[in-house]
Amino acid sequence: MNNKRQAKDKIIQYIFFILAFVSIAILCMILFFLVREGVPVFELVTVRDFLFGDYWYPTSDPPDFGIFPLIAASLLVTVCSAAIAIPLGVMTAIYLAEIATARVKEIAKPMVELLASLPSVVIGFFGMVIVAPFLQDVFDIPTGLNLFNASLMLAFMSVPTICTISEDAIASVPIELKEASLALGATHWESIVRVILPASLSGLSTAVILGMSRAIGETMVVLMVAGGAAMVPASIFDPVRPMPASIAAEMAEAPFRGDHYYALFATGMVLFVFTLIFNFIADYLSNKHRQVGASTL
Amino acid sequence: MKFNFLKAIIVLVSVFCLATGAWAENLEIKGSTTVLPIAQKAAEAFMKVYPDVNVSVSGGGSGNGIKAIIDGTTDIADASRFIKDKEVKLAVEKGVYPVPFGVAYDCIVPVVHPSNPVANLTKDQLKAIYQGKIKNWKELGGPDKKVVVISRDTSSGTYEVWEKIIMKKERVYPGALLQASNGAVAQSVAKNSYAIGYVGISYLNKDLKALTVNNVEASAENAMSGSYPVSRILYMFTKGWPTGTTLKFINFVMHPAKGQKIVAEAGYVPLY
Repeated sequence: MNNKRQAKDKIIQYIFFILAFVSIAILCMILFFLVREGVPVFELVTVRDFLFGDYWYPTSDPPDFGIFPLIAASLLVTVCSAAIAIPLGVMTAIYLAEIATARVKEIAKPMVELLASLPSVVIGFFGMVIVAPFLQDVFDIPTGLNLFNASLMLAFMSVPTICTISEDAIASVPIELKEASLALGATHWESIVRVILPASLSGLSTAVILGMSRAIGETMVVLMVAGGAAMVPASIFDPVRPMPASIAAEMAEAPFRGDHYYALFATGMVLFVFTLIFNFIADYLSNKHRQVGASTL
Repeated sequence: MKFNFLKAIIVLVSVFCLATGAWAENLEIKGSTTVLPIAQKAAEAFMKVYPDVNVSVSGGGSGNGIKAIIDGTTDIADASRFIKDKEVKLAVEKGVYPVPFGVAYDCIVPVVHPSNPVANLTKDQLKAIYQGKIKNWKELGGPDKKVVVISRDTSSGTYEVWEKIIMKKERVYPGALLQASNGAVAQSVAKNSYAIGYVGISYLNKDLKALTVNNVEASAENAMSGSYPVSRILYMFTKGWPTGTTLKFINFVMHPAKGQKIVAEAGYVPLY
């Protein structure tokens, strides 16, 4: 009897192990495929020329495979969108966690989360049809499909991520810390800024990094509203072409296992490395500044 | 219990096989999004005539279509360009011989916003605009505004035609905006008073002003007579000389009163 129960336990253990292993296996397979299809391009260009070359003309004769403008575009779009999304997301989170009444929170929080459920193509369409002409008219710029528009749309997409995770982080700060701060005569505002925010710093940083990694990997929005000029922008109103947009736009027509195809996969590798770095940073920050409970008697 | 389960699967699978075998023949069509409207409409009309054939059509691009022909995962590949040397080599290595059928003409038309006074550009002017040498509409008889150059992704069939005929293998300058589809180019030109782009003739609408090239208007007659300079042939590739249902479908598409009528309806120029 006992034996049978133990065996059952073992089987269940194995099943769960296999299930957990599946996602790792899939990741490894995708990674293997990405590298296998991407590496051959380095027979044509050196790693240095690929990463820092200024010209992306994959189909000309002879072709140029320099993705520096694409990398610059990806980074700039991410940084600009973070500059918009971080204040918006974190402040909304503070409001929801600390200031809002239960009733307001009940309505506002699902609303913010609803923003996350908007398909990216809808946000892209909004940016293309509504925001771009608006920017053209208001700022009198040649085109509304540019770095600024893309950053704005990406900020809309990363606000829910940043807000939800930040809100959880702020809400999970032990109540004793806040009580102690208030008991020492600090105002509510002082408690938020001096006690609660520092205590939830790890959660906030994780939120920001995850929001940014969402922005750097986002494809549809940048494909539709970033403009797509493969050059390093001189102003915030210049069109840019981030890496995902380039891959999405060109992959469908690139000859199978041609040089262009390999170059696009190599671009995918670079993109993967970027998101990997973001995730490592998020992981590191969430471990480093972890608030491990409050010291109470 | 276990035994029953296995039995059930076997029964299910065999029923499935029998059913699909008895119901319909399948015909897969895949490839260029430019040819997609033709293939889609032709497939619908074809299935009306041959109800026991199930035609499934999908896009994905010329490159993917030709790749699918080489891999044997499709029966017909749509392409807005001819097969490339590298693809031919790959096909021959795999023992496949792709056969091309020209099914329609496509005109590529430079377009501007309807409010733009410019009506005609020469091939050389178009080239200079796309090279970034002409930067202001003033130089072309328009308003004193910067030209917003909109191009297609470098691997699209439309871009290839543009590059070959207008650019003469020179490069489009990096500051040109890139859009990933004909529809997106049409959309962004319609929304920008100072933009110039190029689209397939079927994408012309009242929000766009079509320019004449070297004073020749983009039209069916001018494409067929060869006087309109920016036109191309659209292809369907088969794996070897087509047989059976594939042959029936190709013949259907080439038929002047059937498929070629559909070509005209889809906004392209028929062969006859």
